[in-house]
Amino acid sequence: MNSLKAMPATVGADADTPLRRQVLRRIRSRPTTRGAMILLAILLLLALLAPFIAPQNPHDLGSLSVMDNRLEPGSQGMTGITYWLGTDAQGRDMLSAILYGLRTSLLVGLTSTVGALLIGVFAGLVAAQFGGAVDAAIMRVVDFMLGFPSILIALVLLASIGRGIDKVIVAIILVQWAQYARLMRAAALVERRKEYIEAAVNFGLPTRHIMLAHLLPNSIGSVLVVSTISIAGAITLEATLSFLGVGVPVTQPSLGLLIANGFEFLLSGEYWIAAFPGIALVLLIMSLNLVGERLRRSFNVRGP
Amino acid sequence: MNGSFFELRDVKKHFRGKPTIAQRILAATGNAPPPPVLKAVDGVDLSLNKGEVLGLVGESGCGKSTLARVATGITKPSGGNVVYEGRPVADLHGKERLNYLLKVQMVFQDPYASLNPRMRVGKIVGEALRVHGLLPKSEIDAAVDRSLTEVGLDLAYRDRYPHQFSGGQRQRIGIARALAVKPEFLVCDEPVSALDVSIQAQVINLFMDIREKHGLTYLFVSHDLGVVRHISDRVAIMYLGRIVEVGSASAIFSTPAHPYSAALIAASPSTARRKRAFQPLKGELPSPLAPPGGCPFHPRCEHAMAKCREVRPILKQIAPGRSAACHLHHSDNT
Ligand SMILES: Nc1ncnc2c1ncn2[C@@H]1O[C@H](COP(=O)(O)OP(=O)(O)OP(=O)(O)O)[C@@H](O)[C@H]1O
Ligand SMILES: [Mg+2]
Repeated sequence: MNSLKAMPATVGADADTPLRRQVLRRIRSRPTTRGAMILLAILLLLALLAPFIAPQNPHDLGSLSVMDNRLEPGSQGMTGITYWLGTDAQGRDMLSAILYGLRTSLLVGLTSTVGALLIGVFAGLVAAQFGGAVDAAIMRVVDFMLGFPSILIALVLLASIGRGIDKVIVAIILVQWAQYARLMRAAALVERRKEYIEAAVNFGLPTRHIMLAHLLPNSIGSVLVVSTISIAGAITLEATLSFLGVGVPVTQPSLGLLIANGFEFLLSGEYWIAAFPGIALVLLIMSLNLVGERLRRSFNVRGP
Repeated sequence: MNGSFFELRDVKKHFRGKPTIAQRILAATGNAPPPPVLKAVDGVDLSLNKGEVLGLVGESGCGKSTLARVATGITKPSGGNVVYEGRPVADLHGKERLNYLLKVQMVFQDPYASLNPRMRVGKIVGEALRVHGLLPKSEIDAAVDRSLTEVGLDLAYRDRYPHQFSGGQRQRIGIARALAVKPEFLVCDEPVSALDVSIQAQVINLFMDIREKHGLTYLFVSHDLGVVRHISDRVAIMYLGRIVEVGSASAIFSTPAHPYSAALIAASPSTARRKRAFQPLKGELPSPLAPPGGCPFHPRCEHAMAKCREVRPILKQIAPGRSAACHLHHSDNT
């Protein structure tokens, strides 16, 4: 008698749905996506464990020996340490620098995405719930923000407030919240027309409760899916800003800054100083994009 | 109480279409055409006595759901008054308004869309009790169980999500949710039309059982004349946002006064065709954006006279307890 009726095709509509599990299974079974997921997991693990596995602490200038500067990959240092990926102009072990750089890049990417999500989701939810002038005002700001290339907004901001990890995060949040706001608003507007929202109104439930208990959990799915791709965007943006010299400080270099540092030696044949951080960045972005894009397609969410 | 327990007085709900860009430019230059207004409900008077079942019938798009939403307070009318226990609900605030909202409950048409897919059944049914603090926390579970039992659902279902149920079971959950707040009046908007024919009868019987048990009043919207005839004390026929006839179910079904009612009943499908939304009449339902002048039914009416094209008939008493909006039944004036 309790026949399990097939649920409607909207994905992300139910908690503990068989569909979600189905999607995940499908994702895992694709070789490319599976490879990307494994790569991503490895990169995350490396970043997380950097302080324990890096041969050297690249931020601790005292532990570097300037004599070892610009050594080729695989060469032996004064202290007997092997520099598998070579050293930079300060004699810093590139492998360690990359592990720590990965950490910084991911820290900035994840923190700014979470921040942008919080602001964007809140703004989109408020716009959808209240409509009218509130909606118009929020969406005008969103359109304004999305009208400029994100790099331009971030550059102008950072040029005026200076560099620093926290400032880069603020800049990326400022650039990225608008796309989440737009997506969230669209999803919430669709949900708001459904009868369970009318039922909640019929019960006289407070607007805040309707927004948080009904609208939010039912419309945030697509936004979360898109945010996995946007992490890659945030990391790219951070790398670009750092490369241009307005991003993270030199004391805590990200992959982008490492590339910038090695850039001047590229033509003199010391390719490893820029190339290895570059490869690490490409792998990180690629794996994030592949996983995110597959998630997006599987859940049938339109991109930002 | 003098008569009515619940009344709609000249209730209107008009939707203004969003002007297109061209229209906005015209508006800015000053020679704006009036924005299109959709009169979904256009002056409805209805009153219900406590404990009665009023069936509301009409073609798709005539404004039944809109009227139901206005009656339950889900949307505000654009004109007229909803009067509950003698007081216009527009005047109610705070506790009194909440009391009206809870006492007048809606049962929705779509059993899939009317339950939050991310909430467990127990939480759905007990939500209003919990959020409004109508019962102490410790008693909510018991109250939820009582509601679920009453609609014939196993208590083991309390921790499941809506997608784990069939349409009929979902509709029962919707009814349990309404019963949890001890309503007096249920507005049922085609509550069985989305269900399998085999299940419709069970749910209708459930409605009748809980009505008897709690002395509920129903406004029962339906496409299905068979059901309406079976369960209603009185019937109202709606056409293009207005009531064209209202009277006791037996009178309307035996001798419909309005030609529209007569056509509906004549074309009433046999039980075998029940599921299909009916198309009882020749011609399309006119666009509610541009209803015909005079009597809105005249283009489809076989008795249409010259007057019907000119003058809109109002709903007037034609016999005790019986009203119709038709010139055939009105003496010379209007
Ligand atoms: N929110 C809205 N905005 C604009 N128009 C609306 C809105 N809600 C309903 N309408 C219009 O009002 C008219 C009446 O709609 P309503 O849903 O009340 O009809 P109904 O009698 O319930 O039809 P059905 O039998 O198909 O459920 C329709 O023309 C519909 O398009
Ligand atoms: Mg309807």
